[in-house]
Amino acid sequence: MWTALSYASWGISIVLALWMLYDWFKIDTTFSEEVLTSSREGELEAVSEKHRI
Amino acid sequence: MTITLEPAIHGDRVSLLRVLGPAHVWALGVGIVLVGEFTGWNFAADKGGALAALIVCWIVGLLYTSVAMIDSEVTSTVAAAGGQYAQAKHIVGPLMAFNVALFLVFAYTMLEVSDAILLGDTIVAKAAVEGLNHNAFIAATIVVLAWLNYRGVLMTLNVNFVITAVAYVSIVILFFSVSPWTQGAVLKLNELVTPGNALPYGWIGVIAAFQFGIWYYLGIEGTTQAAEEVRSPARSLPYGTMAGMITLLIAAAMTWYVCASLMPWEYLGITYYPLWDAAKLTGSPLLENLLFIATLLAALASANGCINDAARAWFSLGRDRYLPSWFSAVHPRYRTPYRSILFLLPIALAFAFIADLNQAITFSILSGVLQYTFMSINIMMFRKKWPLGSIQRGYTHPFHPLPAIVLFCLCVVTFFAIFLGFGSQLIAMVAFYFLISLWFHFYRYKFVRRGDQFTMPWPKPQGY
Repeated sequence: MWTALSYASWGISIVLALWMLYDWFKIDTTFSEEVLTSSREGELEAVSEKHRI
Repeated sequence: MTITLEPAIHGDRVSLLRVLGPAHVWALGVGIVLVGEFTGWNFAADKGGALAALIVCWIVGLLYTSVAMIDSEVTSTVAAAGGQYAQAKHIVGPLMAFNVALFLVFAYTMLEVSDAILLGDTIVAKAAVEGLNHNAFIAATIVVLAWLNYRGVLMTLNVNFVITAVAYVSIVILFFSVSPWTQGAVLKLNELVTPGNALPYGWIGVIAAFQFGIWYYLGIEGTTQAAEEVRSPARSLPYGTMAGMITLLIAAAMTWYVCASLMPWEYLGITYYPLWDAAKLTGSPLLENLLFIATLLAALASANGCINDAARAWFSLGRDRYLPSWFSAVHPRYRTPYRSILFLLPIALAFAFIADLNQAITFSILSGVLQYTFMSINIMMFRKKWPLGSIQRGYTHPFHPLPAIVLFCLCVVTFFAIFLGFGSQLIAMVAFYFLISLWFHFYRYKFVRRGDQFTMPWPKPQGY
């Protein structure tokens, strides 16, 4: 069981790492660098949320 | 419930999300620290005996209470990601801020590495299967938690709250399961800690024990990294940090009492699993399995909080151009510093695969104590430059300057203790920070937009 868990851990790690790399690529190619690095210290967030219940 | 994101009318900036409350702050601070009760603190017994481990529990508790009070006051005023980095930038200056950010990144990344190694080793010890390696479990810990952090701070700290609470409750259950009000039935403190063996190396052993006494509380100051993501920093940060410190003082006292009453100091000082071993010694399989799971959960919670904090400190350096601004990107959907999280991920993995637990722990403690030393100086400058009444504070700590003086003195003692045990690492680390400071001063600082980095709407400091 522990050996199987070990293989499953490698599998999960690889899948999640690939997903993060894919998402990183997708975000960096979709949005401009100016938007992505537009956060400024001390400013309230500039994107608001609407919660619909 | 669905959440949609829409650009605000006053601009198109993408910032970190303000969604956290005091419970999340507690989960971040206690989550990072609680693993120290499951392993780490007990090496203080090896340095100076069981009584030395108790003495440093209280004295180092004083050090961290000072840290929590000082941090709460400054952070309730400088509510920005980066925590102590942002404080240093506004109060001391850019070079100090750069160093403090590196202390933070090193302390948290090395602690994350230690947590992952601990989790891997604990599973391998439990499995007792020939040839089973800890690397798979280390990789899964770091990657899964990085993924969680990548996906959003709210879920990350909700998870941390639950697993930290379960780990904490397991200590309480163990404590009450061994009839703590009765000596002799299960606990044998009178026999295990006697006047003859309480301080086997005398008072120098107590000084040496400071090095590992830090583990009772190491990381509680990490709560300040959430400053830019809490809904009400002036209220949530002091509440969460102080509640966390009280929680940890209780956990530390219970842990010492149970472990010192079940194991001789010679064994307590060398085991990697004091609480798990204590549960085994009760003879209850239920308690043994509970504390095994709690050890894993505490390691997970700590690594989770460390990824959160290290990424915020790195992100803040990028945002002020102390490092390339590329690191200051915020994910437009998850609103996390995703590039910083991804950048630190392979570094943590590499250290976890090649470093051993003792090295990683030592680098983490060293960076932490350097940071606490800075905090004692920082609060003195803060009160001098902006006295009470000159700016609005969310919390004002009492007895100033006593906590700052206590903190500074205890840091000096801890440096001496670290020098006794890991003198070469201490010198190497100080040399590293000196060289990187030269690089920052002579090369990197010219890229910084000097006017933009000071963002707090404060009046001119007194004397300027």
